Amino acid sequence: MAAYLIRRLIQSALILLGVSFITFFLLFVLPADPVRQIAGRSATAETVENIRQQLGLDKPFIVQYGRYLGALLQGDMGRSYLQKTEVADLILSRLPATLLLMLGAIACELVLGLTMGIIAALWRGRALDQTLMVTSFVTVSAPQFVVSLLLLYVFAVKLGWFPIGGYGTFAHLVLPAVTLGILGSGWYSRMMRSSMIDVLRADYIRTARAKGLTRARIVLRHALPNAILPVIAMIGIDIGIFMGGIVVVESVFGWPGIGQLAWQAIQRVDIPIIMGVTLVSAFAIVLGNLLADLIAPLIDPRIRLR
Amino acid sequence: MKRLLASTAVMLALALPALAQDYTPDPAAKPGGSITVTYKDDVATLDPAIGYDWQNWSMIKSLFDGLMDYVPGTTTLRPGLAESYEISEDGLTYTFKLRAGVKFHNGREMTAEDVKYSLDRVTNPETQSPGAGFFSAIAGFENAGPGGLSGVEVVDPLTVKITLSRPDATFLHVMALNFASVVPKEAVDEAGADFGKKPVGTGAFKLAEWTLGQRLVFEKNADYWRPGVPFLDSVVFEVGQEPVVALLRLQNGEVDVPGDGIPPAKFTEVMGDPAQAARVVVGGQLHTGYITLNVTIPPFDKLEVRKAVNMAINKDRIVQIINGRAVPATQPLPPSMPGYTEGYAGYPYDPEGAKALLAEAGLADGFETELYVMNTDPNPRIAQAIQQDLAAIGIKANIQNLAQANVIEAGGAGTAPMIWSGGMAWIADFPDPSNFYGPILGCAGAVDGGWNWSKFCDPVLDAKAAEADSMADPAKAEERLKLWSDVYMGVMEQAPWVPVFNEERYTMKSERMGGEDALYVDPVSIPVNYDYVWVKE
Repeated sequence: MAAYLIRRLIQSALILLGVSFITFFLLFVLPADPVRQIAGRSATAETVENIRQQLGLDKPFIVQYGRYLGALLQGDMGRSYLQKTEVADLILSRLPATLLLMLGAIACELVLGLTMGIIAALWRGRALDQTLMVTSFVTVSAPQFVVSLLLLYVFAVKLGWFPIGGYGTFAHLVLPAVTLGILGSGWYSRMMRSSMIDVLRADYIRTARAKGLTRARIVLRHALPNAILPVIAMIGIDIGIFMGGIVVVESVFGWPGIGQLAWQAIQRVDIPIIMGVTLVSAFAIVLGNLLADLIAPLIDPRIRLR
Repeated sequence: MKRLLASTAVMLALALPALAQDYTPDPAAKPGGSITVTYKDDVATLDPAIGYDWQNWSMIKSLFDGLMDYVPGTTTLRPGLAESYEISEDGLTYTFKLRAGVKFHNGREMTAEDVKYSLDRVTNPETQSPGAGFFSAIAGFENAGPGGLSGVEVVDPLTVKITLSRPDATFLHVMALNFASVVPKEAVDEAGADFGKKPVGTGAFKLAEWTLGQRLVFEKNADYWRPGVPFLDSVVFEVGQEPVVALLRLQNGEVDVPGDGIPPAKFTEVMGDPAQAARVVVGGQLHTGYITLNVTIPPFDKLEVRKAVNMAINKDRIVQIINGRAVPATQPLPPSMPGYTEGYAGYPYDPEGAKALLAEAGLADGFETELYVMNTDPNPRIAQAIQQDLAAIGIKANIQNLAQANVIEAGGAGTAPMIWSGGMAWIADFPDPSNFYGPILGCAGAVDGGWNWSKFCDPVLDAKAAEADSMADPAKAEERLKLWSDVYMGVMEQAPWVPVFNEERYTMKSERMGGEDALYVDPVSIPVNYDYVWVKE
């Protein structure tokens, strides 16, 4: 177990290093000059060159990357080119909102997705199954902007049940979390359905049925714990996606998450912020996967970590 | 010999064609209340030396003051922190007399030392100010650094003398720019790089709260040196709001001013509903949208081809694409800019004439080229209209739909044959014709990385422009504007641009907002002049 953990941690560190290198390289070769974004349109050539030198952007790629990595290892993510603020502060200030929305969204996804998946599996091939699977297709392919606005318009503007966007109370969380829950539930329901169908075919389920257990007990006690493993792995991936930011839903609901920060930074080539957000979200993916793998043996004793 | 003017009003009357009577705020205005303004994008910084965004421009105007200012709702200069000033005969020395008793938000009195410090700071390369170049006429600018500007001298605690290395007719406008705001040294030193998040100025409002990525609260500066203003107790800025949602919240009474205006998708709906249309304020804007034709890339090196493109574009149809929120342009300058050439009709829309010109240039069969465009609505749709217009005269233009930074890069590098300027178009920094020339049409901007995307450089016009800008004598103001008009007519003769339209500004406000309409389409404090608006309650 300890050896496994150490190996996985080293792997994770290498993955993060790779992500940082690739992102930095892509930003380096991108045909857009961050200095021109800082200098603005009225700057003289001297001003542009002066800013380039001060930020060290005139140095070769490997020097720039080395400097960035060196600072990063000392816990310094640098300052935003345009805001001049510490990137760590900018990300930290948005982290609570991002985490809260992530939790809310994943909870909604699980409730909706698992229920739909189980029902579809139990009624496999019938009209109910087909309806649910078509629904899941529709939800995963629905445009975020339209769904967000629709829910906002109906439940906040027309019915007035929830505030029209913003952040702070539980009521603010409901609509964005439900929107993301609906949009993401399709993935979970399809995953749950196929996994559940596999498990329901297993011998021990037949044994349980032969013992005369009730259907509810078979499904909840025997089938579900075995069928849920792939779903847990998927949560690990989902965490990473949410940490990278949910630009559209955040901006419709005025939710102060990381997505908006990243989106604005990308538009203006604010490299320190782009790097920071990318690394934080890569870290979350790596951590999420690691946790999912560590949790797996607790749920299914057949799994051994080696 | 120096010409000393006792009264500022007299001086301004000489300096400007429009008479600069000082402004009387709305007598019906009531003090108190708070308003909510929304923006989609976060506020990057409130450091006046750095801030150069749509969102923070007017915020900074309310937090800080410069030596000069504008009469609210107009483009007319008036004194700010300077009480009066005198200009030497040769136009090279400006002596500003400061107002006594003006206090920074930290309680300290503002002095001439602060003015010098602020100008030294903005021009110091270490500050990385995007506006440093505006101050290039001040003596010692080339050697600006930690040692400061040799051209800015403190005569006594309330007098600053600024010496220029060349006459600059726009200098008073430059002193009204946000970049020239007066900041207290101790506050900058204390906050360091975070001054943009902890601004301290002399302005009508002070920053009371800033929750990163969520909201900013401005609180009334009770000690503001202009009597009677501001009226509002506070202004709340909420950031990260989708414009469509901001509009819904406005209808619900939660928002007073949607800072990003009316979203294009909602425009027809808003204007079609009398209740909503009544809350819309329309005003001119110092903006021109244009197509650049790169004169270094064949066949745009041929004048006939550039003229042909000018005649091929149906500007009225493009104006329709943006719901008529603009007027067709005939020349680089927008109509509300001094120096605009009245009566000049520009190139007519004439596809047949354009074809004839192409034939003259030996391109009767047309040619293939590329049109760069920024990828946000409505720009790709406008590019398609341009593409169709060009196709009608045999030019096949392939559209390069890119992110803003990539278009700017291609424009600066000179690799883009044609660029539609939408989303990156020129909006004047200050209301003077010179502001539309240097960086975007002059030789100085036609360098690698410059904003002159046509790479058009005519030394004769450049010399004329330089001559116009050296005419600092207020008595020659009319002559100077005539000269500028000539410069832009010279540009049109050589057709490096297709001026397409001048955007109008549409601001919405809630029913409870008071104050004259001009304050909501203020040409300088965009979108709203927070210092003078009020709420009815």
